[in-house]
Amino acid sequence: MDRFHIFPPEASSGAAQVDWLYFGLSAMMIFFSLIVFLPIIYFCIRYRRGSSADRSNPSSGNNLLESGWTLFPLFVSLGFFSWGAVVYYHLERPPRDSVQVQVVARQWMWKLEHAVGKKEINELHVPLGQNVTLTMTSQDVIHSFFVPAFRVKQDVVPGKYTTEWFRATQLGEFHLFCAEYCGTNHSHMVGRVIVMRPADYQHWLTTGEVGPSIVQEGRRLFREKGCSGCHEGKSVVHAPPLAGVYGKQVPLNSGEIAVADDQYIRDSILLPGKQISAGYDNLMPSFTGHISESEIMKIIAYLKSIGEESPSEL
Amino acid sequence: MNIVTPSAKKEKSARAMVIESEGVMPVEDFLSCEHRVRSWLLTTDHKRIGLLYLWAIIIFFTIASLAAALMRIELFTPQGDLVTSETYNKLFTIHGVLMVWFFLIPSIPTVLGNFVLPMMLGARDVAFPRLNLMSWYVFLCGGVLALWSLIHGGVDTGWTFYTPYSTTYANSHVISMAAGIFVAGFSSIMTGLNFIVTTHKMRAPGLTWFRLPLFAWSLYATSLIMVLATPVLAITLALMSVERFFGVGIFDPKLGGDPILFQHLFWFYSHPAVYIMILPGMGVVSELITCFSRRPIFGYAWIACSSMAIAILGFIVWGHHMFVSSQSIYAGMVFSILSFLVAIPSAIKVFNWTATMHKGSITFQTPMLYALGFIGLFTIGGLTGLFLASLAVDVHVTDTYFVVAHFHYIMVGGMVMAFMGGLHYWFPKITGRLYPEFIGKMAAIVTFIGFNLTFFPQFLLGYLGMPRRYHAYPPEFQVFHVLSTAGASILGVGYLLPLLYFLWAMKYGRIAGPNPWRATGLEWETASPPPEHNFRQVPRVTTPPYQYDAAEDQDLHVGNV
Repeated sequence: MDRFHIFPPEASSGAAQVDWLYFGLSAMMIFFSLIVFLPIIYFCIRYRRGSSADRSNPSSGNNLLESGWTLFPLFVSLGFFSWGAVVYYHLERPPRDSVQVQVVARQWMWKLEHAVGKKEINELHVPLGQNVTLTMTSQDVIHSFFVPAFRVKQDVVPGKYTTEWFRATQLGEFHLFCAEYCGTNHSHMVGRVIVMRPADYQHWLTTGEVGPSIVQEGRRLFREKGCSGCHEGKSVVHAPPLAGVYGKQVPLNSGEIAVADDQYIRDSILLPGKQISAGYDNLMPSFTGHISESEIMKIIAYLKSIGEESPSEL
Repeated sequence: MNIVTPSAKKEKSARAMVIESEGVMPVEDFLSCEHRVRSWLLTTDHKRIGLLYLWAIIIFFTIASLAAALMRIELFTPQGDLVTSETYNKLFTIHGVLMVWFFLIPSIPTVLGNFVLPMMLGARDVAFPRLNLMSWYVFLCGGVLALWSLIHGGVDTGWTFYTPYSTTYANSHVISMAAGIFVAGFSSIMTGLNFIVTTHKMRAPGLTWFRLPLFAWSLYATSLIMVLATPVLAITLALMSVERFFGVGIFDPKLGGDPILFQHLFWFYSHPAVYIMILPGMGVVSELITCFSRRPIFGYAWIACSSMAIAILGFIVWGHHMFVSSQSIYAGMVFSILSFLVAIPSAIKVFNWTATMHKGSITFQTPMLYALGFIGLFTIGGLTGLFLASLAVDVHVTDTYFVVAHFHYIMVGGMVMAFMGGLHYWFPKITGRLYPEFIGKMAAIVTFIGFNLTFFPQFLLGYLGMPRRYHAYPPEFQVFHVLSTAGASILGVGYLLPLLYFLWAMKYGRIAGPNPWRATGLEWETASPPPEHNFRQVPRVTTPPYQYDAAEDQDLHVGNV
């Protein structure tokens, strides 16, 4: 990792696409630089004062020429816009089948947890050739999860979830940087991404300190925090049952319709009065200050897991 | 190669061309009419106010440059061993804050604009001379607040003040620094307002809009942005301070706020502010290229209108700072395409400057060297901007040294080169004396070389993945940092030289006469230095600007042999 490079490793499925765009833009830059710099150099020599060059009939404008050098760069620009947008669209939307990792950032460390419950700090082990999706949030200020070898970067924002995905195509260790300035030790909020063979990854996942899986932890928290008292089974309190809700549309008291995604559930735990399900009263207390970001993520994972089940199976 | 001409004679006369008038200084001018300190501190003369601004921004530039020098020395080695992380963070914050708000934004408008604009228009002063003086005092108040924050321990938020770091977590003098910027903003608004009214109401008889020099057009466009965008900055910083001081939830999600809202508000000002910084430079370059090519500008109306297009489009591209901020990907696409569009008017300008040189009679005095340097560096800076407008590449290079290199090519390579070019060009008008031409050329070349060595490696560094605002970094990036630090030391020499020889030339430089460059423009029709109210008689304008004739210049030159 300490060798001198002039180009970062291409270690993900998206890296090559970004690099091609970069080369394309570089070629465009060289082209436009040349069509500006070569005439300037030529004019500087040919029309230096005292040269015998012909200076008769100078022109002070030409609308055809102006239109040409307005429209030509315009078309080139639109071409590069489209190219950039298509690659971006592809790189921003996580595929459905991927290894899920939860990321909670704080000043100044990365806390990561794999679905089976394996936790790590400032290191991320991932399997080669499989899609990996990170669901990320921050406990304090804005951070940014940046892996140059994968050409991915996404801000990690307090109060909301962001996602980032990649498919590693090269074994090895790669830099992980925090790319959004986050305070005193920003430059020490760095780590490694370690790409392993899938078999090695499976082995790694199940050795060492492995806690209960995220879903199991979520189920435990769902009871311990008292969620199940109202939201499960035949509770006395009138609260919406949550099985089968994840990912569905939820009609609200306000007449609007919300989608029960991660953000909706998070908001419902911390700001229960914000979006109330139709037909229910605003009875739930806020859990702000009583629950951590990673606990919320686990509860969400649990609710996601019971998304397809019926309430009676609980 | 096959023609041998007696060029020695020609070279000698080319040197002689620069100075034709070995005369005497005017009997009474704006500099000599009164000498007391009071006459400077209470002046309402736009020329004196321009010089007051010059001294003020030189002080801020010097402090901000020293901060940059310390950072470059720190980055010479990968370990953070010279200063602590906390100090490093304060260094880049003070560098950014002072350079952006206390040097770049005021630089050309308040110094060269104040000095030259009323004369270009054939006016005795700006429309509101007292407001003009007040703007300087307001600017100083802002500057003093910023320096107070610096002396009392500094600020570590970066010049962007991103929330919730700045509102909840930063443990430094955020509010007083923000107050300094808030106050300085009012001086921008006053200057902008003054220039708009002056340009509308005080043009000399016959000076129609399309006879205005392009520098006046660019100042007009700049002033519009100053007046319209700066209030947004003011309210953004005020909201940030309210949250920090009173704990009212606006941006911090823990208090029910939205941190991304801050970024939208901040960049809604700060992206147009980029054009506040570069448009006046473009105006200066239009003056320089025409004068030293002895050619009327090519495509006058296209350049003038492109300034206005930049001013308008510049307001709707702010989201390109936020492609990875969690903004929706569709919003990202809209901002991406608009950012590509805003590049077009800049391209039009560059092509027109190039075409202006065609069939010219080109000389390479110091201002022209700076103007050529501007075109080169601005072109690279602008084209790398398209890399950042391309969504997929931006994801990789945003918040890395690629961005740092890009905006320094625009701000330093563009704006500072134009400012230096303009200072050299109008120095004889300001002081009545000439700076030493040879050493001036040397300084321009040293600046150009030093600049490229400092910032070009940062493009490569950025694509490699080096994040910005890093106090320590992995060792494989060191080669580029060493190059960059070496370049910065050369660049420092390039800036120090003009300061020294300008000071020398103010007293010992040769007397310039009213128009040493044989330039067109009303400011050259009056004495150097100009009298207190610029013109003894109100000038009348009967022709378009830039009535240069390269062929005639050649004859004149040949006749001179």
